[in-house]
Amino acid sequence: MKLLRAILVRLMTMSVTLIGAAVVVFFVIRVVPGNPIAMMLPPGATEEDIARLTALYGLDKSIIEQFWIWLTGVVQGDFGTSISLRQPVMPLVLGRLPATLELAIFALVIAVVIGGALALTGVRHRETGTETAVDVANGVGLSIPDFLWALILIVLFGVLMPVFHISGRISPSLDLPFVTQFYVFESIARLRFDLWWDLLKHMFMPALALAIPLAAIISQLLKQSLKETMHLDYVTLARTKGYGENHVILSEALPNAVLPTLTLIGVQFTFLIGGTVIIERLFSYEGLGNMAIDAVINRDLPLIQGIVIVFALLFTIINLVVDMMYALLNPRLRHA
Amino acid sequence: MSAFLTVNNLSASLHGYDQRVLRSVSFSIDTGEVLGLVGESGAGKSMIGKAILGILPSAIDIVEGEILLDGQDLEKMKPADRRRLIGATAALIPQDPLTALNPSRRIEPQITNRLVDILGWTKANARVRALELLNEVHIDNPERVMASYPHELSGGMRQRVLIASAFAANPKLVVADEPTTALDVTVQKQILRLIRELQARHSTAMVFVTHDLGVVSKVCQRLSVLYGGKIVENSSVAEFFDGPKHAYSRALLAATPKYTDPEASLLPVDEAVIEAAAAEVLAADREWRHGG
Repeated sequence: MKLLRAILVRLMTMSVTLIGAAVVVFFVIRVVPGNPIAMMLPPGATEEDIARLTALYGLDKSIIEQFWIWLTGVVQGDFGTSISLRQPVMPLVLGRLPATLELAIFALVIAVVIGGALALTGVRHRETGTETAVDVANGVGLSIPDFLWALILIVLFGVLMPVFHISGRISPSLDLPFVTQFYVFESIARLRFDLWWDLLKHMFMPALALAIPLAAIISQLLKQSLKETMHLDYVTLARTKGYGENHVILSEALPNAVLPTLTLIGVQFTFLIGGTVIIERLFSYEGLGNMAIDAVINRDLPLIQGIVIVFALLFTIINLVVDMMYALLNPRLRHA
Repeated sequence: MSAFLTVNNLSASLHGYDQRVLRSVSFSIDTGEVLGLVGESGAGKSMIGKAILGILPSAIDIVEGEILLDGQDLEKMKPADRRRLIGATAALIPQDPLTALNPSRRIEPQITNRLVDILGWTKANARVRALELLNEVHIDNPERVMASYPHELSGGMRQRVLIASAFAANPKLVVADEPTTALDVTVQKQILRLIRELQARHSTAMVFVTHDLGVVSKVCQRLSVLYGGKIVENSSVAEFFDGPKHAYSRALLAATPKYTDPEASLLPVDEAVIEAAAAEVLAADREWRHGG
């Protein structure tokens, strides 16, 4: 009963968030300068052409009226038609979403592995040169933004040592047997490791660029909270039982120290997804972020709205998952 | 000598400093005997317990002396062997039961982990042993407690669990580091009785660290009074309470609150006595530098 209530409350807050995002994006993109109709017509179009096209897309109505029309459509699952691509918005957005999700998840995995390994190494060899090296690595990782990492990686592994692909999601010459847009997952499911390898070689650099700053944040916070935990009484007690340093760090300290890091990863993961917009552009990766930039450049209002709603939904789901994991890992919250 | 633990001439100092924090401490404990280490805060009594169990903070170095546990010199052993020996033969009853249990693990593995991981018991045997011990510490519903998380238990219950955990592997030596300081007065008495009971039943050697002479009189057979990291008096409990030999011990005893006359007994230790004790410590330091 309690659980059901918690879920209902959660769904309510999620819908409020989504409605808020919808309202803000709808009005803001109509208030800022820039006109989608002007982008579609050739130079020298007559006033009549402009008026006709404006009326065709319903842009002559008041903003409130437009919002109402859009909202009634959205409730029925119709997000309108893209102005620049002249196709329904939702299939376009859903077609691109898997590519972005795969990239973001891959980046998250890299960040957790690198950040976790650095933190554990730093704590295992705390107060030595190794910890200082970890601190320096964290500092460097944090102070260079993801798009700059992207450029650095392109120079290193695309130009000087061309081991990874610098553009696209998969080599265009390959025959694709895929029925879903989740190429990476599907290539594994179909045991097509040749395709999987090609996908990975495309994905590695953008994912790493997104992952490095997050890895640095994870490493820094996790190391700090591990170090604090290492001084606690139950860790000392475990030492008197005969356990060595590795066991003490991994079994006693880590399960408790990881909790604050987990919350942070949730917040930072939403930033990382925001970062895909520019990273996908840099690597010509065919994801949602790349599409978002095109949509903004073309003033494709319905498409922008659709992308923003999907991103907003994604963020609320991530927050939900993080909260659930936190409750699962923290026994003090489990029964509350 | 059948002493299970012998500490010989143990000196420790802060890393990088000449100043000693433990000053040539020597004592030994036989099987089944309880030695009280008493002194004010900062006298080094907890530090001795930590040195015995190999959990001194990294900032403190042992500069001299030896700790013989079951005849083996801890300082000369490889760290892994030392950990294993301490884990198999000694145990700690910690000061604060609220922080000494891992909040994210159930009680059962916190009692059984030493048996399973260090001593190689099967999980089933360790579980039987844990239930047996929870009975010994008078926990009514051991099955339920084993499945609980620490936050679901009261402070007194947690200290019982920690005592059970300490006696799980039949240790030959238990270090009790102010085990009742963090508890309610009403619970203190029960816990003390319990520690005494288990110690007697298992005839464990015990180092009982406390600042409370009242507790010493109830639990210990002998005591060592510490000032500034130096033992100023070794005595049997009976002799001590008849009349301590050292002036500092006398002052300490006089400062212990008595229910009969609280006003008269809550006195600060006389400054002249403190000065004399400090001078004694400095003299010992001078002698130590010349000798060593």
